Amino acid sequence: MSESTLSRPRPRPRPRATTTAIKRRGGKGGPNWAAHLILGVGGLAMISPLIYQLIMSISTNAEVQSTPPTFWPSVVQWHNFADVFTSMNFGAQLGVTVSITVIRVLGQVLLCSMAGYAFARMRFRFKGPLLAIVLSIIMVPSQLFLIPQYQIIQNLGLLNTITGIVAPGIFSAFGLFLMRQFFMGLPDELEDAARLDGANPFQIFWRVMLPLAANGIWALVIITVLWSWNDLLWPLVVTSTADAAPLSVGLANLQGEHSNNYPILMAASLMAMAPILILFVLMQKKVMAGIGRSGLK
Amino acid sequence: MSRLDTASRPRTDRAVSTQPPVRRKGHSKSDGLWPWLFVVPTILGIGVFYLWPIIQTFYFGFTKWGVFGGAKFVGLENYVRMFSDPTIPQSIVNTIIYTVIVLLGIPIAVFLSSLIERPGLKFAALYRTLYFIPYITMPAAVGIVWRLIFNGDFGPINWFLSLLGIQGPYWTSTPGFALVAVAVVGLWMSLGFNLIIIGAGLREIPRELYEAAEMDGASRSRQFFSITVPLLTPSIFFVSIVSVINGFQLFDLLYVMMGKANLAMPQTQSLVYIFYNQAFLQNDKGYAAAIGILILVIIAILTAFQFRIQKRWVNYV
Repeated sequence: MSESTLSRPRPRPRPRATTTAIKRRGGKGGPNWAAHLILGVGGLAMISPLIYQLIMSISTNAEVQSTPPTFWPSVVQWHNFADVFTSMNFGAQLGVTVSITVIRVLGQVLLCSMAGYAFARMRFRFKGPLLAIVLSIIMVPSQLFLIPQYQIIQNLGLLNTITGIVAPGIFSAFGLFLMRQFFMGLPDELEDAARLDGANPFQIFWRVMLPLAANGIWALVIITVLWSWNDLLWPLVVTSTADAAPLSVGLANLQGEHSNNYPILMAASLMAMAPILILFVLMQKKVMAGIGRSGLK
Repeated sequence: MSRLDTASRPRTDRAVSTQPPVRRKGHSKSDGLWPWLFVVPTILGIGVFYLWPIIQTFYFGFTKWGVFGGAKFVGLENYVRMFSDPTIPQSIVNTIIYTVIVLLGIPIAVFLSSLIERPGLKFAALYRTLYFIPYITMPAAVGIVWRLIFNGDFGPINWFLSLLGIQGPYWTSTPGFALVAVAVVGLWMSLGFNLIIIGAGLREIPRELYEAAEMDGASRSRQFFSITVPLLTPSIFFVSIVSVINGFQLFDLLYVMMGKANLAMPQTQSLVYIFYNQAFLQNDKGYAAAIGILILVIIAILTAFQFRIQKRWVNYV
């Protein structure tokens, strides 16, 4: 798998001549200012729900429920963010979400890259059939695992524990296949050189191949973070107490208890999304390339 | 094409081949025990948490679960019940309506992408960021925000409609409107992903084609429909498959925007919601397993169908 175009910087027209050519083209099928108008208005519309959420999170409950709507609070209510911690189990749930995300990412990166490397570069019996099984599991919707997975976790007494939430998700057929594809695209020569130097297969994998697979690992990390942070159905099934639930479950179940305290709801959901939004802004090129490379969430 | 580098659509024969790569001659066919050291943890984990559960779910589909545990074999009873259960066809129709609305995002993404990818357009990176943000937001969190936006009494959507003299409905608690509201959010969330994939496809189109068309005096809209759209069909095909599969997996937004106690839920629910309800709220795991298998069959048929008809409209160059 070669470098994807997504990670390449977009070529920018430098010479003057090209710029005039673009201007001419612009004149023909609609000028660039029209493109900016459409894209700008559309882009604002895309993030307007989040802007609305931010404004409502610093308003009073009466202001949220007023008609016509108040578009800016008369007094900014920053304390709503602090109130989130006292009116729901936000701290505990944030801890669960962070834990399950970190454990899944570490587990998947280690296990998927090792297995993916073996499937890409090593020879062993049943490799073909095993790979076929892995591929078919990728195609199967998650509803086909959920009931037996729940029984396993229940029988092990792991309901309402972090171990129970992360256990199935540290293994990933998709991650294995993604890493296999990535290792297959790397050149053989370095490996051969290391082998001649007497390195054992694990040393070759750990010191030579893993550093080369950085782009593939980034893609896996990003997908696993997004999926793990945002996942709802599985943790909803294996947690039944507010303290053991991650943020996604906590927010989904809040609707009953706090459904009338809108500013708190908005502040809580904003804080639940914020870490991912900040990470994205800090490393957007990697995120977009990673998602483009994997093709799936 | 870069998109074809993706795991879900391997590019070359080599990429999908299960043959071992060619190695130095004189070696045995196996690398001994080393490979097993690498694969055993993952193979065991996948076996326990994925492969064996699939086999069990197929079996559960033929069983009925007692209130106090214990499952007994009942043959095809769950499947017979499924065909006489009116909520099943209703939920399939709901899923189709949801998916069709979300698919409207694809032409929108093609149009917006063709603007963003204009050579030398300023702020292109900023636009990409703005459109992409909804894709990475937590459905449980934005679902709460959208429920407020669609609120019948003081939500901004109904306020805006009232300015136009329209009395807006109680979106999330009225059958029909609820599904539209959820689908609008689904479209909003998936647009950024479609833009990324289609944008990558657009950047692969050779610029010379446009220059040649320009010399022949083709207008920009003519260029769009005669060059851009045909050469984008592989990307469009890919995002439409992903949209259909995700459409049939609808759960999070529905659960959060409507809530378990919503009276409009029976007319709005998706197949996955019925699965969840039967398996974990009603504890009817046998019936739920049968519904899970129905979801598998529907997704398999739809994907096969899409691959079959792609020959008619997808141009691979």
